[in-house]
Amino acid sequence: MVKKAAAHPFLFTGCWELRQMLGRSARDERQLLEAIEEVPLDSIYYHTHSFFLRHKYIAGPYPNDFATWAAIQVRDRVLGEKLGVLDPFEFLDLESLRGAIVTIIEEHLSHLQIIPRVIYEEPFHFMQSRITAVPTGLESRTLTEFREILASVDASVIYYHTFEAILRLGRRNGDFALWIEQQLELPELAEKIAHLDPYMTSLEAIRHRLIRLCDEFLEREAWK
Amino acid sequence: MTALDLYRDVTPKGTIDFLRCLAEKVRGRKILHVNSTRVGGGVAEILRSLVPLLNDIGVEARWEVITGTEDFFAVTKAFHNALQGEEQDLSPEMLETYREINRKNAQGPAWNADYVIIHDPQPAALILQKPEGGRWIWRCHIDISHPQRKVWNFLRQYVVQYDGAIFSLPRFAQRLPIPQFLIYPSIDPLSDKNRDLSPLEQEKILDRLRIPRDKPILLQVSRFDRFKDPLGVIQAYRLVKKHHDVRLILAGGGAADDPEGEKVLAEVRQAARNDPDILILLLPPDAHVEINALQRAATIVLQKSLREGFGLTVAEAMWKGKPVIGGFAGGITVQLVYGVTGFTVNSPEGAAFRIHHLLDNPDIMAKMGEDAREYVRRNFLITRHLGDYLALMRYWMN
Repeated sequence: MVKKAAAHPFLFTGCWELRQMLGRSARDERQLLEAIEEVPLDSIYYHTHSFFLRHKYIAGPYPNDFATWAAIQVRDRVLGEKLGVLDPFEFLDLESLRGAIVTIIEEHLSHLQIIPRVIYEEPFHFMQSRITAVPTGLESRTLTEFREILASVDASVIYYHTFEAILRLGRRNGDFALWIEQQLELPELAEKIAHLDPYMTSLEAIRHRLIRLCDEFLEREAWK
Repeated sequence: MTALDLYRDVTPKGTIDFLRCLAEKVRGRKILHVNSTRVGGGVAEILRSLVPLLNDIGVEARWEVITGTEDFFAVTKAFHNALQGEEQDLSPEMLETYREINRKNAQGPAWNADYVIIHDPQPAALILQKPEGGRWIWRCHIDISHPQRKVWNFLRQYVVQYDGAIFSLPRFAQRLPIPQFLIYPSIDPLSDKNRDLSPLEQEKILDRLRIPRDKPILLQVSRFDRFKDPLGVIQAYRLVKKHHDVRLILAGGGAADDPEGEKVLAEVRQAARNDPDILILLLPPDAHVEINALQRAATIVLQKSLREGFGLTVAEAMWKGKPVIGGFAGGITVQLVYGVTGFTVNSPEGAAFRIHHLLDNPDIMAKMGEDAREYVRRNFLITRHLGDYLALMRYWMN
């Protein structure tokens, strides 16, 4: 049975990303490795996640900038593929993700005599995200209200409560699943939402899937 | 309904309400934009749209323009070329002219605001007269990825005194001790250059320009400048013409006061000689609605630049749902997601191949145009630009 109203409402928060350039670039894979070891975590975040805020499409063959650069600009497809399959959601935090990226590049370079580098193409330019959280003032207390608001908010709200919540705020299942489980006491629906894989899709696709899960649940409950 | 509300129908879901939330913390703050011209050029075009929107959302925005002599603008033109990598000889007298005009301008209007955005090199030295308080940010719109070092070092002494800098592409970033931000320029979807045109309005404009509509149109809108490669476009057209009966329109302007431009235009005319299917249109700088109609009439839009700052004509055409083939240069590479929102190419042959490919596949062309428009909606509209400035203001409040 759907709990009528949550004691604590879900507060919809969006975000805006200001993109900061670090003024540091890499022309070969050794320089890339060294910089990855040294740049702030906000830079690792920028190059592995925040493109979801900017693109509807993956603007390259892989969903992280390091893999795409290796494959396209350096033309080292092997490293591109190795970095491309990394799923950031498998890591507890960004530092562990950084460690995994470093290990992959080190391991790859240890088998090579010559360090692959860009010849005519673009160097890798390191950036970092400055994410500003912005409360929208919208809140829901029931699943129906939650679904309605979710359908109309800015896509950055989806981003904030999934990517930002999981990767930087340490809420492993994301805010949506957490609220639905704890406040609406709907563990089954919460689990389904927690198991959505946001990494290979777009914010609009995540929104669409969340709404579909809510609708399916509400429809089933209506028949009970 | 406010000015910002007019954008509700053209922006992604929830954007306008979200921008108002983003503005909440900076409401009542003062921002001043300073550049060197109120008409002509991309910066003025952006500020004309952006400043009213900032005011509409609750920020007190002003736009001031510095004044200068012919000598001063000759110096800053040389700066511009040198920063884009061309070898220039700047004498000590020229540098003094630059400093002197900036000193004189500093005596002008009140340059105080919570945030002062100085656009491009012309007013950069105003920083020396910065009053107490306020954040000063240098906004560079030009490609300074390979600047002539002497000129950059001269300008750098001013830039490092700012609180931050903004560039249009990551590769334009410099080694600077101040924070550097990436903000893409943008187009205004409601301006004359980009607003919807009724079929009747479009027909009238095309009739006035004497554009026949009996064949697919390939269009490039740009100055007659070697870096825009109009001759390469003609070469690509000739390769395509062997298989497809198309018409090429090269539309541009502003060549009259530019000796190099006149020379390029003469070469283009020579190359187009005896071909009635190549139309060369010389348009005045305010021919916004004409460019709009031409872009809407085009089958494929080309921007085959060899060098480019950002190339917003690409976003303009994409916004009209057109597939664009662009040179692999500057900001074109971030607007055209290869094979999705357009194609980037490196030669006339590459351009010809992609034109041919698209003309043979109208379905791909339609899908690409659709995706291109959505991509612009999310990344290159003035509303996104507004959000970036609001976020920048909040950055310095934290």
